[in-house]
Formats: sequence, C-alpha cells, structure tokens
Amino acid sequence: MQAELISKEGTQEYFVNMGPQHPSTHGVLRLLLTLDGEIIRKVEPHIGYVHRSIEKMAEFDTYKQIVHLTDRLDYLSAHMNNEAVALLVENALQIEVSDRVKVIRTIMNELTRLGSHQLWWGVIGMDMGAITTFLYAFRDRELINDIMEETTGARLTMNYNTPGGLMFDLHHNFQKQVKDYLKFFKTKLPEYDQLLSGNVIFTERTKGVGKLSLADAISYGVTGPSGRASGFSCDVRKTQPYSAYDRVKFNEILMVEGDSFARYQSRVNEMWESISIIEQLIDNIPEGPIMAPMKAVVKLPKGEFYQRVETARGEFGVYVVSDGNKTPYRVKFRSPGFSNLSVLDHISRGHKIADLVAIMSTLDLVIPDIDR
Amino acid sequence: MNAIYDFSILTAWIHQWLSGLMEPTAVMITEMVIIGTILILFVAAMGLVLVLAERKVAAFFQLRLGPNRVGPWGILQTLADFLKLLTKELITTKSADKFLYNLAPFIVMITPFLALGVIPFAPGLQIMDLNIGVFFITAVSSMGVLGILIGGWASNNKYSLIGGMRSAAMVVSYELSVTLAIMTMVILTGTLSMSEIVNSQADGWWIIKGHIPALIAFIIYLIASTAETNRGPFDLAEAESELTAGFHTEYGGIKFAFFFLSEFVNMLIVSSIATVIFFGGWMPFHLPFEWATGFNHIMDFIPGIVWGFGKVTFIIFLMMWFRWTFPRLRIDQILNLEWKYLLPMNLINFLLMSLIALTGFYL
Repeated sequence: MQAELISKEGTQEYFVNMGPQHPSTHGVLRLLLTLDGEIIRKVEPHIGYVHRSIEKMAEFDTYKQIVHLTDRLDYLSAHMNNEAVALLVENALQIEVSDRVKVIRTIMNELTRLGSHQLWWGVIGMDMGAITTFLYAFRDRELINDIMEETTGARLTMNYNTPGGLMFDLHHNFQKQVKDYLKFFKTKLPEYDQLLSGNVIFTERTKGVGKLSLADAISYGVTGPSGRASGFSCDVRKTQPYSAYDRVKFNEILMVEGDSFARYQSRVNEMWESISIIEQLIDNIPEGPIMAPMKAVVKLPKGEFYQRVETARGEFGVYVVSDGNKTPYRVKFRSPGFSNLSVLDHISRGHKIADLVAIMSTLDLVIPDIDR
Repeated sequence: MNAIYDFSILTAWIHQWLSGLMEPTAVMITEMVIIGTILILFVAAMGLVLVLAERKVAAFFQLRLGPNRVGPWGILQTLADFLKLLTKELITTKSADKFLYNLAPFIVMITPFLALGVIPFAPGLQIMDLNIGVFFITAVSSMGVLGILIGGWASNNKYSLIGGMRSAAMVVSYELSVTLAIMTMVILTGTLSMSEIVNSQADGWWIIKGHIPALIAFIIYLIASTAETNRGPFDLAEAESELTAGFHTEYGGIKFAFFFLSEFVNMLIVSSIATVIFFGGWMPFHLPFEWATGFNHIMDFIPGIVWGFGKVTFIIFLMMWFRWTFPRLRIDQILNLEWKYLLPMNLINFLLMSLIALTGFYL
C-alpha cells in the first residue's frame, strides 16, 4: 500500500478529506482528495449527506404534490424544476395551457435563472478569495427574491407552477416591478465584468484550468452552461422548446475553450440573454385563464413519461412510470448537478488545490440536487 | 521648527527625574519596564483598532454597515471579541506536538515587538535608534514565518501543514523583494539608521526626490510586503475557501487571537517601514523646490505624530483595499510573480537607482 503511493520523484501521496463541512463545497459534499504536495492526483466525490429520498417519497404523492418536492432538489432553480413536473402531467394528459400561463412561466424561469446565476457569480468570487463579489451579487439577487415573494408568496421555493397552469394570477404591479429591476440590473451587470472578468488575477486563475473537451462533455453528460462552454449544444430551450421559448429570440451561448473561464463567461453571457428574453415578453403578456380545466384527482395513463427542461445548471429531466393510479409507480429525476459532478475528477487531475475550488465553482454544483 | 512636538524632550525629562530618585541600574530597569508596558499596550490597542478598521473598511467596500451594536459605531466590538477569545478554554489537540504547538503563537507575536523597537513614529518616539535599523528590521520580520511554519507543522493537520508550507515558500521568496526594494532606497539615504533616514528627508520625501526608481521600488515593496504579511490577495496560507483556515485551523481562544493580531501588527510594521523609507516618516510634506518655502512652512505646523500615523494609516488603507478587491492568487502564480517578474524588475531598478545616485540625477 505504502509503496504504491510513492511517486517517481520519491514524494509520497496523501489523502485529504475536503468536506463534508468545508467552505467551498457549498453544502455537504465530501471530496476525498489524493494529493501529491499541492497537486491533485485523484478526486473521489462521496455523496449522500443530504439524501432525503425524494424519488421514493414521490411514489407516495399525487402528481400535484410531487411539484412541491422538486424545489427541494436544485433550490436555486425551483421554478424550472416545478415546471418540469407540471409539463410532464400536461403532456401526458394532453392538456393545452393558455398562452398567458406559458408566457408567465417563461418570464419566471428567466428571473429564476438570473437569480441563480447571480448567486453563482457571487460565490465564485468568494471561492477565489474576493469576498466583496458575494455581497454585490446578493444586493442584486435580493430584489429578484422580492419580486418572487410578492408574486408567488415565497422567496426561494416558489411552488408557483401546478399541473394545468399556475397557482394564482400575477399581481397588478408585476410588470412595472420587473421592468424596474431589469433597468437597475442592466447597469450593474457591467460592474460584474469590471470586478471579475477583467481582473488579471481572476483570468489567470481560470484560463486553461479544468479543460473539458467536447467529446468528454457529451460522454459525461455535462449540460447547461458548463456543457455549452465546451461547445456542446444542449440547450433544451432551443432543441425542444417548451412554454414560450419558441416565440422569443435568444442566442444559445456556445464556447469552444471548455476551461473554467469559458464556463464563467457562458454564465455571464447567459444573464444578458435572460434579460433579453424577459424584455421581449414582459410587455405583451396575453390575457387568458391561468388554469386549464383539470380533474381534482390527476391520474396519468399507464406508461412511461419523460419531460426535460433547461434549469440554470443544465438539463433537468423527470421520468415517470405510471400504472394508471393517482400516484406514480416510479419517479426518477435526472439532475444536472449529478452529471456535472461526475466530470470533476476527470478535469481536475494534475491541477492544484486552488484550481479544484475554481473548477468546482464554475461547474456550479448544488448539493441537494446531486443527492436528492 | 518641529521642536514643540519633539518627544525626546519628554523622555529626557523622565530620565532626569528617575536618575534623581535612584541608582543608574535601577533607572535602566524601570525605564525598560515602562517601555515594555507601553509597547504591549500600544500593540494591543493598535491590534484592536486595526481589526475594527479592517471590518469597517470591508463593510464600506461591500455595501454593509459593519459592526454597529457594541458601543457607538461598534467601536467596542473588537474589545468584546478579544475578551471572548481571552476567556475561552485553551485547547491543545491530542495528536499535536504540544511544546511546538504552544510555542508557535508566541513566536509570531514576539517578532512584531522586536521590529517595532526601531521604528520612529514621531520625533523622539522611537525606542532604540540602532545604526543598522533597516538591517535589523529585515532580519526580525522574517522570523514571524517560523511561527507559522511551526504552528502548521505542530497542529498535525494536513490543512495546517499545507498552509504552513505555502506560507514558508511565499515569505522566503518575497523577503528578497522587500529587502531589495528597501536597499534600492538605502542607496539614496546612505544610512541604515531609521532616524537618520527620516532626517535625510527634511527637504522632501524620497518617493518625490528619487522619482521613477523610487516609485517602482515603492510599488514592489507594497506588493511584496502584502505577500509577506500573508494578506489578501496573497493570503493563501490561510486561504479560507481552500484550506478552511490554513495554518491556524487547530488553534482556538487566545492562541488564535495571537495569530490574528500578529497579522494586523505586521501590517502596521510594514506600513511604518514604507512610511519611514519612502514617505519621510514623521516629516511633513515638503517640496524640494525654492518656490515652495511658504508651502513647506505651513506644513510644519502639523505635528510630526499626525504625519507619522497619517501616512501609516494611508498605506494600511491601501493594503485593505487590495484585500477586499482582488481574488486570491494560486501558489505557483505567486512564486512566478516573485521570481520571474518582481525580482528581475527589482534588480534592474537597483541598477537604475545606482546610476541615478552616481550621476546625482535626483532632487
């Protein structure tokens, strides 16, 4: 055992437990690092510290109840997760929701995405040692939370979607509030660039770090901004448009470098795209019912159903096997964080400890999403 | 001109008064005790003030209020924190090397005291005027890293060990730049005594008189001394997001407070050295020109102690500004920065300064 650990140079490798309680694993992820001095030889993620068996719980809940479990997965993309279940039920029962619902869902999705990316931007700065960015990001995200609170009643776990439509209608001040916010945030987003993207220390620490090739991105199933930074065109909003994404113009941010800086840039650019999507929709929210006629007890026909949506972290999929009852026979969530974590070992070998933090940050992991 | 503010009058008077009372040996011992007490109180007070200042400055950069509950504007917050740390139980972890583990905090705390001894803060406000003051300071200030290294090793924790090794690699490298930057200025001053360096700047600060090479030396000194004190963006010895708390992960209570305070006192010392060497210590702002005599005379009315501490405060603020703006560097980048960029630049600057000194092309 000891002999194996001694490398060619005569140095001995050693193990370090990073986590489950560690400032930069953002939650309870445990990484077992094999180190040679400062250099990483191997990263073994040990997960399950916040496992709540949500998939099993979902087997005992009705379809309307499952929606409420999904915001506990990736709590920063709660609205998108909710929508995945809602869309699945709607598609299975072939219910057509009104345009109003579609447009409102899209706007809320993009607001959630903005909030999620803002939090990520703050956290990456903090992981790199620039704590100030964290506070700047929270200043901006706070206002999105306020919009969420006033619209849906909750700041983080919205539960605004329900199979067939929305829980309740928008309040009369919504459009003004969102427009004010976008006006405010468009002046703040260039500040983000000044503080991090243009900083030579930051670019030095992220460029060429944790390079993920296109082939690896596809084979590991890395989706979302992390996958698109490697050139993997995987935006579900483009490939299989749902809600109102087919009626708005936006660019899928694709990069070729695949390093940490590309992942960083793809998220920052995505914020601009989200702003543009909201701006296209906010002034023309069509009138219509917010709830399609639904039975009180939703029963899915016998069979298998799959629905995917694009969350802030990548492709989120819900797979349901129904035996015709009011509760599903089996539920499986395809969470983006799990696939994105799986690539961590592959891209961080040979890098320094500090790089691991940068790589983990740019993969934007949310641990409850991985553990489920 | 500045005589009314000269502290040497006060100290000479105390010395005379004590000599009238007791034997010369007893006088010396009494004076040592008095100076020691004042030094400890000064360091403790400066530590508390600087910690509060750091938190307030950080709050200012981060759109926060900072401490504002204990006392007006939170001025008693650090005192409360300090008392809390003082009353905490002293823990020595089971697998630690007990002697070294307990020794390390004292080493990091003693070295700033040694360095403080030769720094003139105001006319006469200097404990000992060594004729090799600059040399003495560069010698003792590099001893602090021993404490960090010992603490990192003795804790018997891998995070601490990595932090300690990083710190050692970094301080050993940056020591060169700090010393060379100071030496560049010593070419101009022609003396190693701190008080004589201050006196040589009576007609203008060296950073103005030595123009371009002095400015380059100052920038190098600022970067290198920030690294030497283990502060952000070079704080990778404790790199919170990588090593939880680095070399002091296993320390708690007053032992931790020693590490924590020493960082701030070290910051005070490197700022004081920069003040003395580049900004004329307690010397007022003078322009080395004929037409500026009126202006220079007005500047003389501000006491030396205000100038001394004012300049120190300004440099400390600069260092805090870095810390709260820049992300942290990686260990190999830090060493590259030193060996590939700062050191060659420093050597060229050293030659440039020698040329300027030889040709007399300075003010």
